[in-house]
Amino acid sequence: MVDRIDEAWIARGVRRAPFSRFLLWAAPWAALLLLGAYAIFLCLRDGLFHTNMDNRYVFGLWIFLDLTVIALGAGAFFTGFLLYVLRKTELKAVINSAVVIGLVCYSGAVLILAVDVGQPLRAWFTFYHPNVHSMLTEVTFCITCYLTVLLIEYVPVFLKNRRLKWKPSMLVFEYHLHKVMVVFALIGTLLSFFHQGSLGGLFGVLRGRPFAFREGLLIWPSTFFLFVLSAMAVGPSFVALTTGLAEKITGRRLVKNEVYQTLGRISGKLLLAYVFFKCLDTLLWINQTAPERGFPAHRFYEYGGAFGTWILFAEIALLGLVPALILLKPEWRARRGLLLGAAAMACLGVTLNRFVFTIQTLALPTMPFDRLLLYWPSWQEFAAFGFVVAYGMLVYSFSYRYLTLFPQERELAMTEARR
Amino acid sequence: MRKLGAENKTARYAMLIDLDRCNGCGACMVACAVENNVPPPQPSATPRTGLNWLRVFRLNTGGRDAFIPVMCMQCGDETPCQSVCPQKAVEFDPATGIVGQIPERCLGCRYCMAACPYQARVFNWWDPQWPAGMEQALNPRVSARQRGTVEKCNFCHGRWQAALEKAAQDGESGPVRYTPACAEACPAQAIRFGDLNDEEFAAECRDSGAFRLLESLGTGPKVFYRTSRAEVREATRGFGEVKRG
Repeated sequence: MVDRIDEAWIARGVRRAPFSRFLLWAAPWAALLLLGAYAIFLCLRDGLFHTNMDNRYVFGLWIFLDLTVIALGAGAFFTGFLLYVLRKTELKAVINSAVVIGLVCYSGAVLILAVDVGQPLRAWFTFYHPNVHSMLTEVTFCITCYLTVLLIEYVPVFLKNRRLKWKPSMLVFEYHLHKVMVVFALIGTLLSFFHQGSLGGLFGVLRGRPFAFREGLLIWPSTFFLFVLSAMAVGPSFVALTTGLAEKITGRRLVKNEVYQTLGRISGKLLLAYVFFKCLDTLLWINQTAPERGFPAHRFYEYGGAFGTWILFAEIALLGLVPALILLKPEWRARRGLLLGAAAMACLGVTLNRFVFTIQTLALPTMPFDRLLLYWPSWQEFAAFGFVVAYGMLVYSFSYRYLTLFPQERELAMTEARR
Repeated sequence: MRKLGAENKTARYAMLIDLDRCNGCGACMVACAVENNVPPPQPSATPRTGLNWLRVFRLNTGGRDAFIPVMCMQCGDETPCQSVCPQKAVEFDPATGIVGQIPERCLGCRYCMAACPYQARVFNWWDPQWPAGMEQALNPRVSARQRGTVEKCNFCHGRWQAALEKAAQDGESGPVRYTPACAEACPAQAIRFGDLNDEEFAAECRDSGAFRLLESLGTGPKVFYRTSRAEVREATRGFGEVKRG
């Protein structure tokens, strides 16, 4: 009986696991969601002393991972831009999946931000009397507007559900919404561009923190542009990676190989450009920006260990240049394992970059008689972030099961059935 | 309370701390906490989560230890914490040169804390609590802060307001003179408070033995230090700053 009801919601022509197996898959994520909800409740009820953040580590695991998921979620805006504006029509096969990933990443980030601030009920102050000079104001405005755009972009994906399509009004609404989607893709691109950039600007403008401070172009520090470029570079990689993982987990082919190739090629080109500009920026910082502020750059790496020069090498060469070269060479890119491996490396590279700006900046002392401090998150911090991961997995899993995330899946299933 | 020269309509309050006199007794920290209604630390608080507006660092210089009190430096040039606050909870008062923190507006995002090179800002990780009866001794001129907000030294704003009121009653105008709690409490008289528009005080702040922390960052701090010991000056020098006199 339950299976029959469930089947009525699943799109025609595609196969899905039995409902009981789907529940087994969802149960651990639901348990993690509950644990995370409890941790969030503790932080909101009692205060942020439940975390291991302190007066030095004012940003911790949450902000670092927020920055990371937002960079990875850039696949949503950039795939939309490539499809609707640059007419890369083959990306139609992954746009729905990219929108769901973007929605999950951005809504998860907003949720964690609401827990991270000490007075979440005062969040509206930023809209009512904003400080226009603050990068955080730009972040707040853009993230809120772009989340709204993502919700609008999700509506047509949702309305394409087999049961909802029965209602003619839904179908008509979906049709008209689809016609104006190019407008939302453009708005989303603009908002996300500024949002990714202002997240980079958050650190680049810290003139009291020579490790993070960067020279600027007009009112924006170089990190503004580097964050945009790095997010654009890894966005398609993350879309390819999640699609590959979805294929592995479900055991089905979801998109044609050409889609992977397009995503990999675009990601590789942008990653190479990012590595080039990141090298220029680092050289400028080492030779000019940091010394001018009284801090020779080599002093930042004297502590070794977790914050040694290996970070710089890993971020730029190992997790930047290497995946870029793999993704750019057609023969290497053609091998799925290599392509997804390079995509994973690129994503790790951006994760490391966000770690450096969030955590390393705060770990390093500025005053000569102060010392390096380390920090390890509390279980509440891990659990609250687990909440976002579980929420993302559940939203994506339900969307995959009941909506059409990969329009090519049906065609590929039929081809395989014919064989 | 004496009115400064009539030609000066504004003040640039500053501190001059004599490190040769400071013996690290911590009286300034206690006086600061009492004056500004800083609650006693929670049992699980650590030095990293405490609410000290003023911290005294111990400098091990090889020989005799030195102590250096560090509080908000009231940066006057492109104040790093002011420009980053998304909801204008940090204000620079051009009439006094003091950087004010408005806890009622504070979102608790802690971006200002990340921006401060002196790590002079602290966050209320807990609800403020005083032992029974102790709340009767709170300073009525200073509002208690809520959990989830940032706070910092403001050169005893309550005392400045009291001084202003007194000056108004006496029919005086212009900048007023007052003494913050830390300067008043220091048994060694290591902390001096004054106005940089006062030429005598300004000259003392600029003498060859005086310096400021992290001057190379260009934030224009208004807390000056003085010592005759070269090794102490060396220990307080920024990583790559040019050697001082």
